[in-house]
Amino acid sequence: MSLPSQFLQYLFAGITLGSVYGLVAIGFNIIYNATGIINFAQGEFVMLGGMCAVWLTASVGLPLCVAIPLAILMVTAVGVILERLVIRPIRRPSVLSMIIVTIGASIFLKGAVMLVWGKQTFSLPHFSSERPIVMGGAAILPQDLWVLGMTAAIVIALGLFFERTLTGKAIRACAFNRRAASLVGINVSMMVMISFALSAAVGAAAGAVITPKILVSYDRGTMLGLKGFSAAVLGGLGNSTGAVLAGLAIGVLEAFGAGSPLSHYKDAIALVVLIGVLFIRPSGLLGGAEASRLKKF
Amino acid sequence: MGKKNWLALLLFAIVVAAMPMLMGDSYYISVLVFVGIYSIVTIGLSLLMGYAGQISLGHAAFFGIGAYTSGLLTTRCALSGWVALLAAIALAGLLAFLMGGPTLRLTGHYLGMATLAFGVIVYIFFEAAVDLTGGPSGFGSIPRLSIGSWKIKSDLDFYYLVWAVTLVVLILGLNTVHSRVGRALRSIHGSETAAQAMGVNTAHHKTRVFILSACLAALGGSFYAHYMTFVSPSSFDFKFSVTLVTMVAVGGMSSLWGALAGTALLAILPEHLRAFQEYYLLIYGGILIVIMMYVPQGFLVGLGELVERLFTGILSRQSRTPV
Repeated sequence: MSLPSQFLQYLFAGITLGSVYGLVAIGFNIIYNATGIINFAQGEFVMLGGMCAVWLTASVGLPLCVAIPLAILMVTAVGVILERLVIRPIRRPSVLSMIIVTIGASIFLKGAVMLVWGKQTFSLPHFSSERPIVMGGAAILPQDLWVLGMTAAIVIALGLFFERTLTGKAIRACAFNRRAASLVGINVSMMVMISFALSAAVGAAAGAVITPKILVSYDRGTMLGLKGFSAAVLGGLGNSTGAVLAGLAIGVLEAFGAGSPLSHYKDAIALVVLIGVLFIRPSGLLGGAEASRLKKF
Repeated sequence: MGKKNWLALLLFAIVVAAMPMLMGDSYYISVLVFVGIYSIVTIGLSLLMGYAGQISLGHAAFFGIGAYTSGLLTTRCALSGWVALLAAIALAGLLAFLMGGPTLRLTGHYLGMATLAFGVIVYIFFEAAVDLTGGPSGFGSIPRLSIGSWKIKSDLDFYYLVWAVTLVVLILGLNTVHSRVGRALRSIHGSETAAQAMGVNTAHHKTRVFILSACLAALGGSFYAHYMTFVSPSSFDFKFSVTLVTMVAVGGMSSLWGALAGTALLAILPEHLRAFQEYYLLIYGGILIVIMMYVPQGFLVGLGELVERLFTGILSRQSRTPV
C-alpha cells in the first residue's frame, strides 16, 4: 500500500474509533454537567449496549432494526435504575464517595453480565453490507459510516435538545446552579434522572454501533470508559464539542500508534494524553480556565 | 498519640505474635502474610484518602513498581534484596513526586484522574516491555530476603517480618495522624480553602502524603515480590487498585485501624468465596455500593459509632440519622 493510502487508512480507522470515544465522552459530560459526578460506570453502559443488542439478535432472534433501539431502551432503564437506587439515596454525597460508588456500580454491572452471559466475546452482524468501500486507496467499511452517521446524529440531536427544548434548558440550568434552578420551579431530581437516562442511551448507542467492528465482552467497558474519559477531559469536562473533537484526536493518535513500532503501547496513548492534559492544561483544550474553576470537581 | 492507641497497639502486637500458634494451619498463615503486605499499602492509602482527602486510583502501579524493581534488581543486577527494596521505594517516591507536583497544586480530584491514567499506563508498560519485564507472563526466580544468616523463606518467617514492618508503619502512621501534620491533613480534608486561609500549605502536605503513600505501596510490593518469588502484570492491574481503595473505604477512610480491618476483611473474604467464583464481581461491587450508601465512613468507624451511641443512650428519633 502506498504511503498516502496507508496514511488515509489509519486516518479512517482513527476517525471511526475516535467517534466512539467522543460519544462516551459526551455521556460523561451529560452527567457531569447535571450533577458534577464523574460516572465511572459510563463504559459499562457502552458494553451493555453491545451485549443487549447481541442478546436480542442472537438469542431472542429480533431483527437488527428492532434490536438496536430496544437495546438502547434497556440500557437507558439500567441508567435510570442506577440513578434512583444508588445515586439518589446517598445522604452526604462527597466527590470521593461518588467516585467509589460509581466504580462499585461498574464492577457490579460487569459481574452481572459475566454471570448471565459468560466471559466470551460476542459479535453483532454488520448493519448493512460488509464489503469495503475503497476511497483514495484506503478501504472503509459501511459499518464505519454507520458509526460516523450515528455520532453525527446524536451530537446534532443533543445539541438541539439542550438548546431548543425546555427540558434541555432546564438540565443546563441545573448544571449552572442547582438551587436557583429548583427555585424557579425546575424539578432537579427529575432532571438528574433524565441526564442519567440520556447518558446511558448515548453510551448504549455507541456500544451497539461499534460492536460489529470491535466485538464485545463483559470487560470491554473499562478501557472504553477510560479512553472516553480522557477525551472528555481533553476536550474540557462538560464541553460536548470539545468531547467529540478530543475523541477524534485520541482515536487518530491511537490508530497511528497502532501502526507504529510502539503498537504494543497503543492503549496507553489515550491515558498519556490524559495525564498530559492534567499536567499542562487541566481545563482541557476547549474548557475555559474560569469555567473549570467554577466547577466543583 | 493517646494512651488508648498505645494500649490497642500493644494488644494488637500480642495478637499478631500469638496468631501463628493459634492457627497451626500453614495456609492461613500465608493469607495473613498477604493481609500484612496489603496493610502496609492501605495504611498509606488511608492517610491519603481519609486524611488528605485525595483518591488514588492507580496505587497498584506503585505496588507493582516496588515488586518489579525489587525483582529485576535482585535477579538481573544481583543486588541485595534490601538495597533493591530501597531503590524500589525511591523510584516510587520519585514518580509520585513528579505526578503529585502539578496535580496537587489544583483543588479537586485531578490527582485521582492522574493516578487512574498512571496506573493503567504502568500496567500496559509491564505487559508490553517484554525484554525488560518478561511481558504478560512476568518472570520468576526472585531470591529470598535474608537478615544476616537468617534466610526468610517459610510462610512463618515472612509472617513475622511483614507484620513487624506493618506494626512499625502503623505506629508511624498513628503518630502522624496525631501530630501537627495530621491535623493539617484533616483540615485540608475538611475544607481546603479554609485550611489555606489558616496558613496551611495544602499543596505541600498533599504532595508529601502522596509520596509517602507511594513509598509504602512500593515497600509492600517489594515484600510481595520476595514472598511470591514471581511477578506478573496481572497482579497489578486496575482491579487491584480498586481493591486497595475498597479496603480503605470499607474499613473506614478516616481511621488507620479501619484500613487494617478493611484489608483483613477483603483479603480473607475471597478465600471463603471460592465456591462463589462466578458471583465474585457482583458481590464485590455490591459491597462497595452498599458501604458507600449506608456506611460511608467505613464499617469499623460505623461500628464504633454504633457502640458509642448505644452506650451513651442517645436513642431519640431526632438525633438519629434515618437509615
